[in-house]
Amino acid sequence: MNDSAARKGIGLDVLTLGVFLSVLALVSLFLTAKTEDPLMKVHAVILLGAFTLGIAALFMRAASGLNFDQTRYEEGLIKAGIVATVFWGLVGFLVGVIIASQLAFPNIMYNPDFGWMNFGRLRPVHTSAVIFAFGGNALMVTSFYVVQRTCHARLAGGVWAWFVFWGYQLFIVLAATGYVSGITQSKEYAEPEWYIDIWLTIVWVAYLLVFLGTLWKRKIKHIYVANWFYLAFIVTVAMLHIINNLSVPISLTEHKSYSLFSGVQDAMTQWWYGHNAVGFFLTAGFLGMMYYFVPKRAERPVYSYRLSIVHFWSLIFIYIWAGPHHLHYTALPMWAQTLGMTFSIALWMPSWGGMINGLMTLSGAWDKLRTDPVMRMLVVSVAFYGMSTFEGPVMSIRAVNSLSHYTDWTIGHVHSGALGWVAYVSFGAMYCLVPWVWKRKRLYSNDLVEWHFWISTIGIVFYITSMWVSGIMQGLMWRAYNSFGFLEYSFVETVEAMHPYYIIRATGGLLFLIGAMIMAYNLWRTARGDVRKGESVPDIAPLPSAIPAVS
Amino acid sequence: MSDRPEVDDHSGTETTGHEWDGIKELNTPLPRWWLTIWFGCIAIAIVYMVLMPSWPLPWADTYLKGLRHYSERATFEKDMVKLAASRGPDEARLINTALDQIENNPELLNFAMAAGKSAFGDNCATCHGSGGVGTFGYPALVDDVWLWGGTLDDIKYTITNGIRSTGDDTRFSQMPAFGRDGLLSKDEIKDLVEYVVSLSGREADKAAVARAQPLFADNCAMCHGEDGKGTRELGAPNLTDADWLYAGDRATITETITNSRNGVMPTWQGRLEPWTIQALAVYVHSLGGGE
Repeated sequence: MNDSAARKGIGLDVLTLGVFLSVLALVSLFLTAKTEDPLMKVHAVILLGAFTLGIAALFMRAASGLNFDQTRYEEGLIKAGIVATVFWGLVGFLVGVIIASQLAFPNIMYNPDFGWMNFGRLRPVHTSAVIFAFGGNALMVTSFYVVQRTCHARLAGGVWAWFVFWGYQLFIVLAATGYVSGITQSKEYAEPEWYIDIWLTIVWVAYLLVFLGTLWKRKIKHIYVANWFYLAFIVTVAMLHIINNLSVPISLTEHKSYSLFSGVQDAMTQWWYGHNAVGFFLTAGFLGMMYYFVPKRAERPVYSYRLSIVHFWSLIFIYIWAGPHHLHYTALPMWAQTLGMTFSIALWMPSWGGMINGLMTLSGAWDKLRTDPVMRMLVVSVAFYGMSTFEGPVMSIRAVNSLSHYTDWTIGHVHSGALGWVAYVSFGAMYCLVPWVWKRKRLYSNDLVEWHFWISTIGIVFYITSMWVSGIMQGLMWRAYNSFGFLEYSFVETVEAMHPYYIIRATGGLLFLIGAMIMAYNLWRTARGDVRKGESVPDIAPLPSAIPAVS
Repeated sequence: MSDRPEVDDHSGTETTGHEWDGIKELNTPLPRWWLTIWFGCIAIAIVYMVLMPSWPLPWADTYLKGLRHYSERATFEKDMVKLAASRGPDEARLINTALDQIENNPELLNFAMAAGKSAFGDNCATCHGSGGVGTFGYPALVDDVWLWGGTLDDIKYTITNGIRSTGDDTRFSQMPAFGRDGLLSKDEIKDLVEYVVSLSGREADKAAVARAQPLFADNCAMCHGEDGKGTRELGAPNLTDADWLYAGDRATITETITNSRNGVMPTWQGRLEPWTIQALAVYVHSLGGGE
């Protein structure tokens, strides 16, 4: 494409990646031949195919003699990341709607002949697809975009950046096919088995190195706040992932493994991981996204540099302690529960620092909420962020938790964060990025963004309000006693009572999916360069691909 | 970058002088209300840590117990003692009262019904349905049709020992799988189905019924009786009424004769307290058709 100024010859990046992929291909060939585990065999074949394709792609690149043009930003990778983000988003939302309907209509949506279609198998597909596939790709693509633009440097590592992208997609495919065929280590949000975990570790370390390498060669003296958050996200997720997944496989050719931890230690490790996956994947990472796209779209300076420093360090210091609040009233020692709760309360304001910085950045540009639906989406995402980071500390209080724990309230809380914050800030970023990297003057349609915004927002409201009502009702029914001290309701009666709310929830999810489909269409037409007839969409200032010579 | 940072026109605040891809930062001080609430939260957290068990002291193999010396386990045990004190006398009275005498004591009956309803919902309703309405293969408990007997004692025995369960004193009987095990041919089973259908007074193929008469006498009557009215001691259902544990249409009867059924109810002895079983017997007996 824009590689006219490129050097000839095979780069070190191509060489190292080629050797690396060849070794991996050999390992997977060995695995394919040796394993008697039919499930692992399928995965070994997928790995072998992926590595072979990778080597072939490298050969073609080496044969073309092209090298990356260091005077221009890497934008092809950004385009690929956008496509992956939107694609996995649609997959994740669709599976979410399916399992929500299974809960609402268990008798209709039950498939005895297709065991892999049932709730237990599809639930991790939904959670992993939305968190790791959709959210992960959104974080990766925006971090790669933001780090280049705010450092005035092309991505480091050459083809290794592409390895990170494709390696991550391979991880998603392995995880999802594993779930439906029954490969799981039964750790929530960490279901993939040992060899998939090792693969993710390799990809993640490469991601860290590409990101750090880009920061290293930056031409701007200071590191922008968005990059602090992205870096905290990458480093901490690596640590969480490795420690929580420490396990011993029963054999190198079997998929099954046993965790290094057991009993309450295992539970504590799992929720130290689980809560910080929320903290560093779904909060810190997406705050990085917010810190670039909100001021950029609003064309206003970030509200407070000091606040960003204080809330960054306090957030990452305090978050890491809050995990035990997932284990209130369990075998976890009381002192650990106390620490989990108190740190969660102390976490409220550090979380809100990000909200204040996001919302107050709009000061002087509030009028854009009326005219620019993308800006509105970004601002609403920050509002949902504020709401869920208030709700979280409230739910961590033991007295509240004794009512909310194990109920749908938790599900509603998670989704106000996931749909309202994580997805909305990602949608906003996608609406910004597509015209920028495809060099279009405007979005295909502003009206369709309006439709997306309103349909999805109604969907979110349906979702979280129904789960609030259902969750609190469920909690109250569970703890209701009669005058003799017997439980007032049997479990099945509480399930029956939730039926109408499950229908409302599934409807909300469906609306959210429809909104995302509208977005996918709008982005696709934008990338093609179309503009919807009869709409006067404001022009977007062109963003050059060339890196500014001196900053 | 100039020495004096520029001032933002809108807010009148200085910027930090940094710029990234067109993004600048204001040097706004930390919002006072934000700091105040944060310090307040930290203060609450510290007070809570002082009152409740908090920091571990690994070198001493203990932890800070907190001023309140709170222990979840101790609280739980205290609650259980309180519950035993308030409910214990009723539980004892329930066990010590003959089943048929319980209804004469309205207070005790109230207690038994409350205990029974609660235990039924979480243990029995899974199969017998909410309120004991029953479903395919799981008997309804709200009618007066009883396979193994519907007196208080019968019901208590069934709950205690189960049906075809692992208990030593379980109720037991086994209908042979006439088709699967080759005891009867397909045609014979077809005739028998007509016969069974005719027993409950429905239209049936007369020739087939006549052919099946000796078959029924040889194979079925031993348990279900010459007249098909069933035998309680063997849990053999009455075939002449309109009530069917597994539906009474021809296809289902064919399936039953061919492969048999032999449903299982677990023994609840050891899983439920004796007084709970006592209460369940009273509750189930009251559902509709207790004898």
